Amino acid sequence: MRTVPDIVIRGLCKRYGEKAVLRNFDAVLPQGALTCLMAPSGAGKTTLLRLLLGLEKPDGGEIAGLDGLRLAAVFQEDRLIESLSAQDNVRLVNLRVSKDAVRAAFAAVRLADCAGQPVCELSGGMRRRVAIVRALLAEWDVLFLDEPFKGLDGETKAAVLDFVRRSLRGRTALLVTHDRAEAEALGAAQFLALP
Amino acid sequence: MRRPGKIRPWAVALWLLVWQIAAMALDQQILLVSPLRVLRRLGEMLLTSELYAAVGFSLLRIGAGFLLAVLLGAGLAALSARFSRIEELLAPAMLTIQSVPVASFIILALVWFSSRSLSVLISFLMVLPVLYASTLGGIRAVDGQLLEMARVFRLPHLRRARCVYLPQVLPYFRSACQSALGLCWKAGVAAEVIGMPTGSLGERLQQAKVYLNTPDLFAWTLVIVLLSLAFQKLFLFALDRAARALERV
Repeated sequence: MRTVPDIVIRGLCKRYGEKAVLRNFDAVLPQGALTCLMAPSGAGKTTLLRLLLGLEKPDGGEIAGLDGLRLAAVFQEDRLIESLSAQDNVRLVNLRVSKDAVRAAFAAVRLADCAGQPVCELSGGMRRRVAIVRALLAEWDVLFLDEPFKGLDGETKAAVLDFVRRSLRGRTALLVTHDRAEAEALGAAQFLALP
Repeated sequence: MRRPGKIRPWAVALWLLVWQIAAMALDQQILLVSPLRVLRRLGEMLLTSELYAAVGFSLLRIGAGFLLAVLLGAGLAALSARFSRIEELLAPAMLTIQSVPVASFIILALVWFSSRSLSVLISFLMVLPVLYASTLGGIRAVDGQLLEMARVFRLPHLRRARCVYLPQVLPYFRSACQSALGLCWKAGVAAEVIGMPTGSLGERLQQAKVYLNTPDLFAWTLVIVLLSLAFQKLFLFALDRAARALERV
């Protein structure tokens, strides 16, 4: 695993047309810890994540500490390849991960029998879990989770939370959620809010 | 569920019956030959080497024109999707190929080249714009969210092409191939009828017309239709197999 520095966000600004979504946002994501970002809908959480993932350019400010690092994400949408099996969707982003490791991860999130099934045949909750396993089994230094547990029911959610908590231990990650209990279950080290 | 446009054996039988009755009522073999007579003539032709030589001649050339157009059309579409200048450069050329009557191309090609390779060029020109436009449309329609996912996870280019682009572009490419296959056989044989390269299917059709040999005309037409259908089925089968093998992670 690579040494990951603190990720420092300074004066980040982003606007879409006339609407300013982020205004001089400052934050530090400490290395080796989970940071939780909580804010009402429309406050710019997903925009911040897209800037951190390099999918958009900021209008001002800077993000330091991400250069050269391998990123992984659980997006708000599942973003799976419909024609591939659940297992192949996971291995698509990391061919080095063994089939046994994928199977063990699927079992941990209660998807034991679904590895070979095309994702187009899976329910919404199952697809969500495949997207989570894909991100966690990728080779990453920093992980971004955008409302990853949306749509998961009680017991399944507890199993997934446990799997994510074990996989995150000592690693840098940012979780976006509306549910403080999720962040606490994952052992978030700090909470950020967007104005 | 019933598939619209599906060919039912009873409907085929009914049309053959109508044809047989019309031929018997007309009783003029030069004007309309019966399906039974056509089948008998086809049976006779199957025993001659002339048929296989003509099939080989045309299949090789029309097939080569088609495959060249598929490769170049898909390659140019990929370049156009990546570089807008290439798309701008190709737009007038593709529009010209699509708008100019095929007969003009045939005559021009006869002036420029020997008639033996005529059907390669004509089937190529008929297929190229269809493949290019559809493949480009398919590439443009690829889900942007999946491309972002591929970018975040740093998928290597080849894996990105195989697993992200291929499954989404393939339906466009496949349907373009399906339409283009019929088109290239029609245009390729028409070119041979006009250019009359020795030993081609088009030459056989032209000779049947010159000698008012309607049974031959129908039998050769049937050969062309069957050949075109078989080529289409085989190509699409191979394409589906190749796509499945490529998509595997």
